[in-house]
Amino acid sequence: MKLEFAISGGDFSRAGIASSEVKKMLKKINVEPKIIKRVVVALYEAEVNVCAHAYKGNIFVEIDGTKIKIDIIDKGPGIENIDEAMKEGYSTASDAVREMGFGAGMGLSNMKKNADEMSLESKVDEGTKVTIINYLK
Amino acid sequence: MTIEKISQLINGNISGCTTNRDEYKVCFASDLMSDVLRIDTDNLILLTGLSNMQSIRTAEMADITCIILARNKKAAPEMVELAAENNITIIESAYSMFHIAGILFQNNIKPLF
Ligand SMILES: Nc1ncnc2c1ncn2[C@@H]1O[C@H](COP(=O)(O)OP(=O)(O)OP(=O)(O)O)[C@@H](O)[C@H]1O
Ligand SMILES: [Mg+2]
Repeated sequence: MKLEFAISGGDFSRAGIASSEVKKMLKKINVEPKIIKRVVVALYEAEVNVCAHAYKGNIFVEIDGTKIKIDIIDKGPGIENIDEAMKEGYSTASDAVREMGFGAGMGLSNMKKNADEMSLESKVDEGTKVTIINYLK
Repeated sequence: MTIEKISQLINGNISGCTTNRDEYKVCFASDLMSDVLRIDTDNLILLTGLSNMQSIRTAEMADITCIILARNKKAAPEMVELAAENNITIIESAYSMFHIAGILFQNNIKPLF
Protein backbone atom coordinates (compact mmCIF):
# COMPACT_ATOMS: atom_id res chain seq x y z
CA MET A 1 0.00 0.00 0.00
CA LYS A 2 1.36 3.41 -0.92
CA LEU A 3 0.35 6.94 0.06
CA GLU A 4 1.76 10.32 -0.96
CA PHE A 5 1.29 13.79 0.48
CA ALA A 6 2.60 17.27 -0.31
CA ILE A 7 3.55 19.74 2.45
CA SER A 8 4.04 23.46 2.00
CA GLY A 9 6.49 25.30 4.22
CA GLY A 10 4.96 27.83 6.57
CA ASP A 11 1.43 26.45 6.26
CA PHE A 12 0.86 25.34 9.83
CA SER A 13 -2.90 25.01 9.52
CA ARG A 14 -2.43 21.94 7.32
CA ALA A 15 0.47 20.39 9.24
CA GLY A 16 -0.68 17.03 10.54
CA ILE A 17 -3.03 16.10 7.73
CA ALA A 18 -0.68 13.41 6.43
CA SER A 19 -0.11 12.02 9.93
CA SER A 20 -3.83 11.95 10.47
CA GLU A 21 -4.44 10.00 7.25
CA VAL A 22 -1.71 7.52 8.12
CA LYS A 23 -3.22 7.08 11.56
CA LYS A 24 -6.62 6.25 10.03
CA MET A 25 -5.03 3.82 7.61
CA LEU A 26 -3.09 1.97 10.32
CA LYS A 27 -6.23 1.76 12.46
CA LYS A 28 -8.13 0.30 9.54
CA ILE A 29 -5.61 -2.50 9.16
CA ASN A 30 -5.76 -3.17 12.92
CA VAL A 31 -2.25 -2.19 13.94
CA GLU A 32 -1.77 -2.06 17.72
CA PRO A 33 -2.52 1.45 19.15
CA LYS A 34 0.90 1.72 20.84
CA ILE A 35 2.64 1.13 17.51
CA ILE A 36 0.32 3.55 15.71
CA LYS A 37 1.17 6.24 18.24
CA ARG A 38 4.90 5.75 17.70
CA VAL A 39 4.54 6.01 13.92
CA VAL A 40 2.31 9.08 13.89
CA VAL A 41 4.25 11.00 16.55
CA ALA A 42 7.45 10.53 14.52
CA LEU A 43 5.71 11.44 11.26
CA TYR A 44 3.96 14.45 12.76
CA GLU A 45 7.27 15.83 14.07
CA ALA A 46 8.74 15.40 10.59
CA GLU A 47 5.75 17.05 8.96
CA VAL A 48 5.97 20.03 11.32
CA ASN A 49 9.71 20.33 10.69
CA VAL A 50 9.08 20.77 6.97
CA CYS A 51 6.48 23.44 7.77
CA ALA A 52 8.72 25.16 10.27
CA HIS A 53 12.14 24.92 8.66
CA ALA A 54 11.83 24.16 4.93
CA TYR A 55 10.06 25.54 1.85
CA LYS A 56 8.11 22.53 0.67
CA GLY A 57 8.20 18.79 0.83
CA ASN A 58 6.69 15.43 0.02
CA ILE A 59 5.85 12.41 2.12
CA PHE A 60 6.00 8.89 0.70
CA VAL A 61 4.46 6.13 2.76
CA GLU A 62 4.84 2.43 2.05
CA ILE A 63 3.08 -0.19 4.10
CA ASP A 64 3.60 -3.91 3.66
CA GLY A 65 2.59 -6.77 5.93
CA THR A 66 5.45 -6.32 8.35
CA LYS A 67 6.50 -2.69 8.34
CA ILE A 68 5.77 0.91 7.48
CA LYS A 69 8.46 2.98 5.79
CA ILE A 70 8.04 6.74 5.47
CA ASP A 71 10.28 9.14 3.56
CA ILE A 72 9.88 12.85 4.23
CA ILE A 73 11.80 14.79 1.60
CA ASP A 74 12.01 18.56 1.54
CA LYS A 75 13.50 21.43 -0.38
CA GLY A 76 14.89 23.86 2.12
CA PRO A 77 17.95 25.24 3.87
CA GLY A 78 19.12 21.80 4.97
CA ILE A 79 20.88 21.04 8.24
CA GLU A 80 24.53 21.96 8.61
CA ASN A 81 25.37 19.96 11.70
CA ILE A 82 23.12 16.95 12.09
CA ASP A 83 24.65 15.80 15.39
CA GLU A 84 23.92 19.16 16.92
CA ALA A 85 20.39 19.31 15.47
CA MET A 86 19.62 15.90 17.00
CA LYS A 87 20.46 17.15 20.50
CA GLU A 88 17.50 17.71 22.81
CA GLY A 89 16.86 21.42 23.17
CA TYR A 90 18.73 22.53 20.05
CA SER A 91 16.46 24.72 17.94
CA THR A 92 16.75 27.49 15.39
CA ALA A 93 12.96 27.94 15.26
CA SER A 94 11.78 31.50 14.59
CA ASP A 95 9.42 33.40 16.88
CA ALA A 96 6.64 32.75 14.40
CA VAL A 97 7.23 28.99 14.71
CA ARG A 98 7.34 29.24 18.50
CA GLU A 99 3.99 31.01 18.47
CA MET A 100 2.59 28.00 16.64
CA GLY A 101 3.68 25.79 19.54
CA PHE A 102 6.98 24.46 18.20
CA GLY A 103 10.65 25.14 18.79
CA ALA A 104 11.43 23.13 21.92
CA GLY A 105 14.23 21.39 20.03
CA MET A 106 12.69 18.03 20.81
CA GLY A 107 11.33 17.00 17.41
CA LEU A 108 14.27 15.05 16.00
CA SER A 109 14.91 13.22 19.27
CA ASN A 110 11.20 12.40 19.50
CA MET A 111 11.42 10.96 16.00
CA LYS A 112 14.43 8.89 16.90
CA LYS A 113 12.74 7.61 20.03
CA ASN A 114 9.53 6.63 18.26
CA ALA A 115 10.90 5.16 15.05
CA ASP A 116 12.36 1.66 15.09
CA GLU A 117 14.86 2.90 12.51
CA MET A 118 15.55 6.46 11.51
CA SER A 119 17.95 8.06 9.09
CA LEU A 120 18.58 11.68 8.25
CA GLU A 121 20.39 13.03 5.22
CA SER A 122 20.76 16.69 4.48
CA LYS A 123 22.48 19.05 2.07
CA VAL A 124 22.84 22.69 2.99
CA ASP A 125 20.82 24.95 0.65
CA GLU A 126 19.18 21.94 -0.98
CA GLY A 127 17.10 20.03 1.49
CA THR A 128 16.62 17.22 3.93
CA LYS A 129 15.46 13.63 3.75
CA VAL A 130 14.21 11.79 6.80
CA THR A 131 13.36 8.10 6.67
CA ILE A 132 11.49 6.36 9.46
CA ILE A 133 10.72 2.68 9.62
CA ASN A 134 8.45 0.98 12.13
CA TYR A 135 7.67 -2.71 12.37
CA LEU A 136 3.99 -3.42 12.64
CA LYS A 137 4.26 -6.54 14.80
CA MET B 1 -11.68 12.90 37.58
CA THR B 2 -14.32 13.33 34.88
CA ILE B 3 -14.46 16.17 32.34
CA GLU B 4 -17.55 17.53 34.08
CA LYS B 5 -15.76 17.72 37.43
CA ILE B 6 -12.68 19.33 35.88
CA SER B 7 -14.80 21.89 34.07
CA GLN B 8 -16.75 22.71 37.20
CA LEU B 9 -13.54 23.29 39.21
CA ILE B 10 -12.08 25.74 36.69
CA ASN B 11 -15.35 27.37 35.68
CA GLY B 12 -14.88 25.94 32.22
CA ASN B 13 -16.80 25.42 29.04
CA ILE B 14 -16.81 21.97 27.41
CA SER B 15 -16.71 21.46 23.62
CA GLY B 16 -15.45 18.94 21.08
CA CYS B 17 -16.23 15.49 22.45
CA THR B 18 -18.83 16.10 25.15
CA THR B 19 -19.61 12.46 25.87
CA ASN B 20 -16.15 11.57 27.21
CA ARG B 21 -16.42 9.24 30.25
CA ASP B 22 -12.68 8.86 30.92
CA GLU B 23 -11.19 9.31 34.39
CA TYR B 24 -8.16 11.62 34.50
CA LYS B 25 -5.47 11.44 37.17
CA VAL B 26 -2.46 13.23 35.64
CA CYS B 27 -1.89 16.62 34.01
CA PHE B 28 0.92 18.12 31.96
CA ALA B 29 1.13 21.85 31.20
CA SER B 30 3.05 23.20 28.21
CA ASP B 31 2.83 25.56 25.27
CA LEU B 32 5.47 23.65 23.29
CA MET B 33 3.96 20.69 21.52
CA SER B 34 7.13 18.62 21.08
CA ASP B 35 7.39 18.59 24.86
CA VAL B 36 3.92 17.08 24.91
CA LEU B 37 4.74 14.58 22.16
CA ARG B 38 7.48 13.08 24.35
CA ILE B 39 4.98 11.88 26.88
CA ASP B 40 3.74 8.35 27.03
CA THR B 41 1.06 8.32 29.73
CA ASP B 42 -2.55 7.28 29.34
CA ASN B 43 -5.48 9.48 30.38
CA LEU B 44 -3.43 12.63 30.59
CA ILE B 45 -4.91 16.13 30.72
CA LEU B 46 -3.06 18.62 28.50
CA LEU B 47 -3.15 22.12 29.96
CA THR B 48 -2.04 24.74 27.45
CA GLY B 49 -2.28 28.35 26.37
CA LEU B 50 -1.80 27.30 22.75
CA SER B 51 -5.13 27.51 21.01
CA ASN B 52 -4.64 26.50 17.39
CA MET B 53 -4.97 23.47 15.13
CA GLN B 54 -1.60 22.17 16.31
CA SER B 55 -2.69 21.70 19.91
CA ILE B 56 -5.57 19.51 18.66
CA ARG B 57 -3.34 17.68 16.15
CA THR B 58 -0.81 17.03 18.91
CA ALA B 59 -3.52 15.53 21.09
CA GLU B 60 -4.69 13.43 18.15
CA MET B 61 -1.22 11.98 17.53
CA ALA B 62 -0.39 11.49 21.21
CA ASP B 63 -3.76 9.87 22.05
CA ILE B 64 -4.61 12.67 24.48
CA THR B 65 -8.37 13.01 24.98
CA CYS B 66 -8.69 16.10 27.21
CA ILE B 67 -7.26 19.57 26.51
CA ILE B 68 -7.72 22.57 28.78
CA LEU B 69 -7.29 25.95 27.07
CA ALA B 70 -6.22 28.53 29.63
CA ARG B 71 -6.37 32.33 29.69
CA ASN B 72 -9.69 32.63 27.93
CA LYS B 73 -8.35 31.23 24.66
CA LYS B 74 -11.34 30.16 22.59
CA ALA B 75 -11.31 27.11 20.36
CA ALA B 76 -12.03 28.04 16.73
CA PRO B 77 -14.83 26.07 15.00
CA GLU B 78 -12.37 23.99 12.96
CA MET B 79 -10.55 23.05 16.18
CA VAL B 80 -13.79 21.94 17.79
CA GLU B 81 -14.67 19.93 14.70
CA LEU B 82 -11.29 18.20 14.57
CA ALA B 83 -11.47 17.48 18.29
CA ALA B 84 -14.95 15.98 18.04
CA GLU B 85 -13.86 13.80 15.10
CA ASN B 86 -11.06 12.39 17.24
CA ASN B 87 -12.95 12.01 20.52
CA ILE B 88 -11.02 14.85 22.14
CA THR B 89 -12.67 17.04 24.77
CA ILE B 90 -11.79 20.75 24.90
CA ILE B 91 -12.35 22.68 28.13
CA GLU B 92 -11.97 26.45 27.84
CA SER B 93 -11.29 28.40 31.02
CA ALA B 94 -10.71 32.08 31.71
CA TYR B 95 -8.22 31.25 34.49
CA SER B 96 -4.45 31.40 33.92
CA MET B 97 -2.31 28.27 33.53
CA PHE B 98 -0.97 28.78 37.06
CA HIS B 99 -4.43 29.15 38.51
CA ILE B 100 -5.78 26.05 36.76
CA ALA B 101 -2.70 24.02 37.66
CA GLY B 102 -3.11 25.05 41.30
CA ILE B 103 -6.76 24.05 41.41
CA LEU B 104 -6.15 20.68 39.76
CA PHE B 105 -3.17 19.97 42.04
CA GLN B 106 -5.24 20.78 45.13
CA ASN B 107 -7.83 18.35 43.89
CA ASN B 108 -5.34 15.52 43.70
CA ILE B 109 -4.51 15.56 39.99
CA LYS B 110 -0.89 14.43 39.85
CA PRO B 111 2.08 15.92 37.99
CA LEU B 112 4.04 13.75 35.57
CA PHE B 113 7.54 14.63 36.79
N1 LIG C 1 13.58 19.64 7.58
C1 LIG C 1 14.47 20.50 8.11
N2 LIG C 1 15.09 21.43 7.33
C2 LIG C 1 15.98 22.30 7.87
N3 LIG C 1 16.34 22.29 9.15
C3 LIG C 1 15.78 21.40 9.97
C4 LIG C 1 14.82 20.45 9.51
N4 LIG C 1 14.46 19.66 10.54
C5 LIG C 1 15.14 20.10 11.61
N5 LIG C 1 15.95 21.15 11.28
C6 LIG C 1 16.89 21.86 12.18
O1 LIG C 1 17.13 21.06 13.32
C7 LIG C 1 16.72 21.78 14.50
C8 LIG C 1 16.19 20.78 15.52
O2 LIG C 1 14.98 20.18 15.02
P1 LIG C 1 13.93 19.61 16.05
O3 LIG C 1 12.76 19.11 15.30
O4 LIG C 1 14.62 18.67 16.99
O5 LIG C 1 13.52 20.89 16.91
P2 LIG C 1 12.62 22.14 16.48
O6 LIG C 1 11.88 21.81 15.23
O7 LIG C 1 13.46 23.34 16.45
O8 LIG C 1 11.63 22.24 17.71
P3 LIG C 1 10.49 21.15 18.09
O9 LIG C 1 10.57 20.05 17.10
O10 LIG C 1 10.81 20.71 19.47
O11 LIG C 1 9.22 21.89 18.02
C9 LIG C 1 15.73 22.80 14.00
O12 LIG C 1 15.59 23.90 14.88
C10 LIG C 1 16.33 23.19 12.68
O13 LIG C 1 17.42 24.07 12.85
MG1 LIG D 1 10.78 20.04 15.10
